[in-house]
Amino acid sequence: MKIKSSFGDKIFDIFNITLMLIICFLTLYPIWYIIVYSFNEGKDAMLGGIYFWPRKFTLDNYKTVFSNSDITTAFMVTVARTVITTTLHVFFTAMVAYAFLRKELLGRKIYMAMGTITLFFGGGLIPYFLLIKSLGLYNTFWVYVIPGMFNFYNLIIFQAFFRELPIELEESAKIDGANDFIIFTRIILPLSTPVLATIALFVGVYNWNDYFMGVIFINNPKLQPIQTFLYKVIAQVTSNQMLAYAPGGIATRNVTSQSLKMATMVITTLPIVCVYPFLQKYFVKGLLIGAIKG
Amino acid sequence: MESVISPNMQHSRQSGFKRFLHKLNEQKYLQAMAIPGVIWMIIFNYIPMYGIIIAFKEYDITLGFNKSPWVGLANFKEFFADERFWLIIKNTVGISFFKLLVGFPLPILFAVLLNELVSVRFKRTVQTISYLPHFISWVVLGGILMNWLSETGLINIILTKIGILKQPIAFLAEPKYFWGITVVSEVWKELGWNAIIYLAAIAGIDPELYEAATVDGAGRFTKMFKITIPCISGTIAIMFILAVSGLMNSNFDQIFVLRNPLNADASDVIDIYVYRMGIEAFRFSYATAIGLFKSIIALMLLLTANGVTKKLTGKSLF
Repeated sequence: MKIKSSFGDKIFDIFNITLMLIICFLTLYPIWYIIVYSFNEGKDAMLGGIYFWPRKFTLDNYKTVFSNSDITTAFMVTVARTVITTTLHVFFTAMVAYAFLRKELLGRKIYMAMGTITLFFGGGLIPYFLLIKSLGLYNTFWVYVIPGMFNFYNLIIFQAFFRELPIELEESAKIDGANDFIIFTRIILPLSTPVLATIALFVGVYNWNDYFMGVIFINNPKLQPIQTFLYKVIAQVTSNQMLAYAPGGIATRNVTSQSLKMATMVITTLPIVCVYPFLQKYFVKGLLIGAIKG
Repeated sequence: MESVISPNMQHSRQSGFKRFLHKLNEQKYLQAMAIPGVIWMIIFNYIPMYGIIIAFKEYDITLGFNKSPWVGLANFKEFFADERFWLIIKNTVGISFFKLLVGFPLPILFAVLLNELVSVRFKRTVQTISYLPHFISWVVLGGILMNWLSETGLINIILTKIGILKQPIAFLAEPKYFWGITVVSEVWKELGWNAIIYLAAIAGIDPELYEAATVDGAGRFTKMFKITIPCISGTIAIMFILAVSGLMNSNFDQIFVLRNPLNADASDVIDIYVYRMGIEAFRFSYATAIGLFKSIIALMLLLTANGVTKKLTGKSLF
């Protein structure tokens, strides 16, 4: 009986490990494929048959991408947008979350009810679009920043964390004459790194990966994020837009629009892929705080 | 006596208001921290909600939200009579339904199987790898898919090599493959991420339950089905309510990237149609009405799912 069940266990273990290895392969391979393609000569890659390793290794795709001023500008816009919006979002939403949490706050119930309603109802795309236009945010960098500063769902996550902090700290600071803002910045924030990191990751990833705001709110190519740039290039399947941008001498460098797309995709994805394993312990926790509320 | 009471009452009423002012003054820093958040919500959440009234108007940019003329339910009637109405409903619900059917149980299964791995290190590695696609944008993923699914792409090469296909197919140019592509790519992207919550729920199960079961001679599968899954059923119920209420959201970002005029018959979902009518065709009122229709259905779905799940499992959102 015992031997039988452990034999079954072994089969199951082998099956399970194999399945997990297959899942890992299927997850990693598409990413690996673009990396390989981006390091291969474009014209050679078009012949097909490149699966696991570059056949004709070259850095030309990356050189061409980096010499394209549109891509570098878009990359910088994305970096600026992500850093500025994420920083402001975390600080601002945490501040409001803390204030909304304090029991003596007059109007607290109304404020929280207002926020809760936003979780279930919204105006939808068109009224939002018209609002952005009438606020004069259309086609400005601030369209990424100001509407991205606050989110009520993240506020709830912050509050769930703040609630666990020892209240005595606040009280003793108050006796020492600190005002609420000082308590928030000097006591609450320094104690909240895990939740700050979680929200920063969520908001950062959103801002890094978002292309849609660039599609509907931005006309000026100098203000478009790199994902929007990539979207435009990829969606226009037949166009050789990227090649048109590239400086002369391409034919001799064997760069194709496809290989340029691949290099741009790698550059677009790399920063975030490098960051997430380090933040893993934080976002797992953050997701849970969010779920407990649900 | 009276003369004593009445000034007292007046005094107390006055001091009530005074106390309010005093309290407000006392918490001026706190209010200064809270009110910017309230103003932000009024501008970016409540003004768009108010803007919904243009669904009942014929919106004119020069006249604005308030002065545009009322047209009653005309925009809604037009949508119900739209030749694409049923197609759009079918695509919206269809894509989400299949995502729910395939994409909902798989993360649970993945979490349960991951939990069965003996090596902690291997388990962690698999977990970290499984989150990876969540961090890749739909634009990049769309780029990969367009490359792989094209007539000269990897999928066609493999399928023709092993003899399943005789002729290569431009998958994204044919509506009949579109739903499948969205479901599979969504599952690929979010499998690991969606499993986090179940993994955490499993980690929270009392180990004594397993020990007791082992003593009673329970095998691995018995433990899986009699302990692990029942113990996380509460989490499953909550996630299910959320998934059902999202049935009218078929992931705009993904479909927006993958759609093209050739697959429009399968890729026109409500959100995409709102975009096409509103942003591309400037029919603001019509698009808003379509969006409002969607929100109402979504809210009804949320309430229904919540009610049904409450009856069946006792767990609910509210």
